[in-house]
Amino acid sequence: MDIELLSRIQFAFTIGFHYLFPPLSIGLGLFLVIMEGTYLRTKNPLYHNMTRFWVKIFGLIFALGVASGIVMEFQFGTNWATYSRYVGDVFGSALAAEGIFAFFLESGFLAILLFGWDKVKPRTHFISTILVAFGAHFSAIWIVVANSWQQTPAGYHIVETANGVRAEITDFWAVVFNPSFIDRISHVYMGCWQAAAFFVLSVSAFYLLRGKHRDFAMGSMKIAIVIAVAASIGQLVTGHMSADTLAETQPAKLAAMEGHYAASAPAGAYILGWVDEDGEKVSGIEIPGLLSWLVHQDTEAPITGLQAFDKSDRPPVNIVFQSYHIMVSIGFALIALSLVGIVTWSTGALFKARWLLWIMVFSVLLPQIANQLGWITAEVGRQPWIVYGLLRTEDALSVSVGVGEVWTSLILFALIYALLFALFIYLLNEKIQHGPVFDSAKTSGGQS
Amino acid sequence: MEFTFDLNSIWFILVGTLFAGYAILDGFDLGVGALHLFVKSDHDRRILLNSIGPVWDGNEVWLVTGGGALFAAFPEVYATSFSGFYLAMMLLLVGLIFRAVAIDFRSKRENRTWRKFWDASFSGASVLASLLIGVALGNIAWGIPLDEAGESIGSFVGLLHPYAILVGITTVSLFVMHGAIYLVMKTEGELHDRIRGWINRTIVVFIVCYVMTTMATLIFVPHMSENLKSSPWLFVVPLLNALAVANIPREIHHGRDFRAFLSSCASMAALLTLFGIGMYPNLILSKPIVANSLTIYNAASSEKTLGIMLIIAVLGMPLVIAYTASIYWIFRGKVKLDESSY
Ligand code: HDD
Ligand code: HEM
Ligand code: HEM
Repeated sequence: MDIELLSRIQFAFTIGFHYLFPPLSIGLGLFLVIMEGTYLRTKNPLYHNMTRFWVKIFGLIFALGVASGIVMEFQFGTNWATYSRYVGDVFGSALAAEGIFAFFLESGFLAILLFGWDKVKPRTHFISTILVAFGAHFSAIWIVVANSWQQTPAGYHIVETANGVRAEITDFWAVVFNPSFIDRISHVYMGCWQAAAFFVLSVSAFYLLRGKHRDFAMGSMKIAIVIAVAASIGQLVTGHMSADTLAETQPAKLAAMEGHYAASAPAGAYILGWVDEDGEKVSGIEIPGLLSWLVHQDTEAPITGLQAFDKSDRPPVNIVFQSYHIMVSIGFALIALSLVGIVTWSTGALFKARWLLWIMVFSVLLPQIANQLGWITAEVGRQPWIVYGLLRTEDALSVSVGVGEVWTSLILFALIYALLFALFIYLLNEKIQHGPVFDSAKTSGGQS
Repeated sequence: MEFTFDLNSIWFILVGTLFAGYAILDGFDLGVGALHLFVKSDHDRRILLNSIGPVWDGNEVWLVTGGGALFAAFPEVYATSFSGFYLAMMLLLVGLIFRAVAIDFRSKRENRTWRKFWDASFSGASVLASLLIGVALGNIAWGIPLDEAGESIGSFVGLLHPYAILVGITTVSLFVMHGAIYLVMKTEGELHDRIRGWINRTIVVFIVCYVMTTMATLIFVPHMSENLKSSPWLFVVPLLNALAVANIPREIHHGRDFRAFLSSCASMAALLTLFGIGMYPNLILSKPIVANSLTIYNAASSEKTLGIMLIIAVLGMPLVIAYTASIYWIFRGKVKLDESSY
């Protein structure tokens, strides 16, 4: 295999692994704020128990997020040195801001969240919880700024330096609010909240099925359903916004997502399909004119297709098509499931309907899969560019790194991540089986 | 080389400060890790682990932010060093990953084999990371072969020359000393007395290593002392360093553990300042073709970026220092195990 492919596989594998954890910690941060806030307001020990239980889970997830995150930061330099030289001026500031503003906040107050129950007053503890949740949301901002910039570069100019050409910043706020940033960050946040909401639903449904910790499970579930409904509908809205922006900024990606080949013609949208990349056609179930209508509110409006691009400028089509379609199907499934949840809750059937609870137990996988596929759509759809329209992926590698070295590191990561993942699942399961058993008479701390 | 007070130099100092903050703060975590296997009972090991429990992650963020700042301020250096030290960087990552998960996973089960495995991982990973950090510093001081484009043309084995290994070992001994002093401050009772008994030995080992490194530097790496020679007043830095190290046994002897720890921090700060003075204005020295070196000028981002980042730093650093100080304040005092401990 050539070094480009190997490096891409390594990047995709390690970021995909990293991205299993941050969505959960970002989303759970929100849950912790709600739960602890409710406890402080009502003094109902149930909410204290809930907070303590989910904090424990949060701690475990966070540890893996941190361990896999450092790898990401190193990798820009180790594997994509030429890219780092090219974008460093623009995008280094986002990474530095992430460290200074977000990670310090998050990791510092996490200490109080995890270990400070008896060391600080309940109110101070709650403030720490808010700051951790805030820090987690904030850290997503800067990294998504960087990613959005490489999708839709803005606020820069190209300069010839002694070490070659590179992009230099001209307008900081134009870099931050580049054309796809708002769509992307809002879509990412919704995905994070969905990931956490269905995770909480899943664990709670499991307890109900086992007849254990009923009050705890019902309490957690109610919060989760509300967030699930809001985030799932929000996901459809923000996803649509993203696609709309794509029509302007990255037409080749949009065309790949729907397998739309004709250079300029009205386009439909597929429910299901398979792309024949050599024959340049798609077989499947199509709703004619839908894509044109979604983008231009007119079923006859032409959409730029792949044939408008040179073959060497097109992304792989079928991967992008399939990832996108599965993500969207999951999106609709999650909307349906959360609506069923809220309706059955109001009729009182929710906590008894075993079939529904079983679906909820497994629903935890869906947002995770959709989150991964969403990024695959976005990133593979951006190919062959690493910085869209400016720098090609094949030109972005490290000059001084050899194939053997990348093989070594890839195998190393594969082994270590497999071990970590197995242990993570094992420990998570153990914590869930152990359940929320805290001394509920003892309220949270106070230094007396 | 004359010091010029411009944005490039400010960022040289700021990036240096972030890495120095990392070395001082995570240095004791790594030192505690290296000492972990020397205490035997499960209870004592938990005390060691929990002495760094609430702070190690925050300490590591100094590395993450230092890396981010290096990327932003001197992208050429970030790219050249991270890709040029590829396998060493991967090993460092392995060390940091294992340390992070070992701390978190160890306490999750009572099983003895489980705990032994994570104890060994924690300790091994800490030693590995300290050693690699030192080897990297050693190579940067020594110089690495760069081509005209500023790309590294050395090999992994080429990084393991005797000088770099000596600096690596010195770094381990420094972190061990620093970690031991930290532990004296955080423990009580019999464990405290035992660790206190180790201090003098760790100091002696460090001083032996340090003297050897200094001699080797003066003889084989003369460019590291040129700046010092051209501005003799800078000799206050090594002087301060010597005083700070000498002060440690004195404070320990009088039972002033916190002051001993501050002394140890001060000696590290002085050491790293010395390193910075030696390097300025180079960031990566190229050897044998010195003209290919990466300096704070030819490796930097544009003025504009350095200026924007200065604003970010001026806004952010006081906050960072405030959080760090308050976390250390809240978790001050001797370690006590409770329900939420590791
Ligand atoms: C700020 C930068 C950034 C961020 C936040 C992400 N990525 Fe990315 N991704 C890159 C920066 C990048 C990159 C460095 O630019 C890569 C390496 C090769 C390439 O073309 O782009 C890349 C490639 C890449 C590929 C391979 C595409 C290909 O080679 O065809 C996949 C599947 C992903 N990423 C997946 C993800 C996932 C699951 C993410 C979730 C967090 C993610 N990316 C966030
Ligand atoms: C290539 C891109 C990325 C890099 C370089 C990166 C870097 C890092 C680093 C270095 C850490 C550890 C910080 C610490 O030690 O405390 C981390 C953790 C984290 N990252 Fe990433 N990250 C990337 C992608 C993302 C994305 C896309 C998100 C969110 C949308 C994200 C959100 C987080 C969060 C919330 C944490 C805290 C740990 C956790 O909650 O699991 N990261 N990341
Ligand atoms: C409801 C229907 C959905 C639609 C119409 C939709 C649409 C989109 C589009 C068009 C992109 C590509 C954006 C780009 O490349 O610029 C995208 C990316 C993404 N999607 Fe979705 N999506 C939906 C559901 C979901 C769900 C349910 C999740 C996860 C829970 C999800 C997570 C993501 C992620 C993480 C990305 C990558 C980040 C980004 O580029 O915004 N999406 N989505």
